[in-house]
Amino acid sequence: MTAMLDTVLVALILSNFVLLGSSRLSSCIRTAALQGIMAGLLPLATAGAGLSLRIVALGLAVVALKGFVFPHLLNRALRESATSREVQPFVGYTPSLLAGLLALAASFWLDGRLALPTHSASSILVPVSFSLMFTGIFLLVARRTAVNQVLGYIVLENGIYAFSLAVVRDIPFLVELGVLMDMFVAVFVMGIAIYRINSEFDHIDSDRLSTLKG
Amino acid sequence: MTIHGLLSIIAGLLLAPLLQGIVNRTKAVFAGRRGAPLLQQYRDIARLLRKGAVFSGTTTWIFRLAPSITLACVLVALVVLAPAPVEQGWGFAGDALLLAYALGLARFLTVAAALDTGSSFEGMGASREVFYSALAEPALLVGIAVLARVSGGTSLASILQGAGVAGWVSAGTALALVGVSFFVVLLAENSRVPFDDPNTHLELTMVHEVMVLDSSGPDFALVTYGASLKLWVFSVLFASLAVSPLGLSGFALLGALTAAVLFTGVIVGTVESTMARSSLARAPLLLAGACALSILAFILASRFLS
Repeated sequence: MTAMLDTVLVALILSNFVLLGSSRLSSCIRTAALQGIMAGLLPLATAGAGLSLRIVALGLAVVALKGFVFPHLLNRALRESATSREVQPFVGYTPSLLAGLLALAASFWLDGRLALPTHSASSILVPVSFSLMFTGIFLLVARRTAVNQVLGYIVLENGIYAFSLAVVRDIPFLVELGVLMDMFVAVFVMGIAIYRINSEFDHIDSDRLSTLKG
Repeated sequence: MTIHGLLSIIAGLLLAPLLQGIVNRTKAVFAGRRGAPLLQQYRDIARLLRKGAVFSGTTTWIFRLAPSITLACVLVALVVLAPAPVEQGWGFAGDALLLAYALGLARFLTVAAALDTGSSFEGMGASREVFYSALAEPALLVGIAVLARVSGGTSLASILQGAGVAGWVSAGTALALVGVSFFVVLLAENSRVPFDDPNTHLELTMVHEVMVLDSSGPDFALVTYGASLKLWVFSVLFASLAVSPLGLSGFALLGALTAAVLFTGVIVGTVESTMARSSLARAPLLLAGACALSILAFILASRFLS
């Protein structure tokens, strides 16, 4: 069980690297969807013997939302805008990858320093969740296109979700559903925003919005 | 030295050109061609050895010296690495560095010879070779450091033999990541797709072939054989990691290792047939990815074993 959990966690880190190093937006969306599915399956792996219907239902809801609904919404927004790749990010792809590595090292260091009271089966769940959060924040800051920024937001949320699994574990069902609902509305609104930005300005480069005049 | 270690070296010396033949045959099968005979490279080398050499008037002694010393360096690498997975107590502490820098010296001499011809074309190839290898080296060395961490050994023999079944149980994901990283380094160091296309001749994109354009006759035979041996050396590194979870020993290990090396040729051929050569600007990203995998593996190995 631990070996499987570790493999999923390593796959989460690898999907971070792909997101940081890939310029094609459609493959970024696919990778983020895969990451969402893996994050959704995490509670099933961490629960072990205490597997209950509640955990299964929650995992399935996360998988459905992050693995299928969000990518669908984002792909539609992408299809409407004629953008297929991020041309000029603020930070290039190789430096982004190096930044991801630094964030990973920092996550493991931070985990060693914090010594959080976890009751998780895997010793790398907390650092991986930190690394997901850092990667999400980095994507939010370092990318121009709105789609990538939404992906950064989703990755950040994946990180918080994994962190809550490791540390808190028993969040009431309603609270988790509420968070998921908020995520859904946020991505939905952002999808509409991307669509509106694109139809008004013929691009989804959020950086150029700062030159708008009132 | 036992019979196993001796056989592993002899296998490398004899079968290295066959490995190239397997790569080319795999590519031919993918393209629907019959392809060159598997033993074509032996014939090429024999033909080149019978010819006379032509030296450009602008070259100096460096150019004449480089092919033989390059081959000597690769031979050192082969002798250091090939018996390590099968021979107990082979090598010495830190011989992994000798392996990396014997290959580094071979590269330096190839590059120096390419620059010695004074051709701007070969200078371009030399520049790219150095650029790629500078990025591939951290991936290789950190990867070896991961194996050393998992096995607790200091010489290549203890590193490669120690990372056996127990290593895969305790830090399997880290070892798998190192395997992928080694494979990318293999492709980059041997100028294979996606870093370089060995089929293109006289194109602005090539790396290794362009550096040896001026070599001819027996010199070119040495260069060709050296390149085959280098592919064999990197394949042994990759294959010994791949067969280590089987927990074999003796002749079974030697046979499995040789089969895995030859199968690596099939994998390389498959990669070359299914992938396009990546643009020059994208190659560093691939190598940085390999470095990232090695470093991730190192962090994971440190965590799993502590």
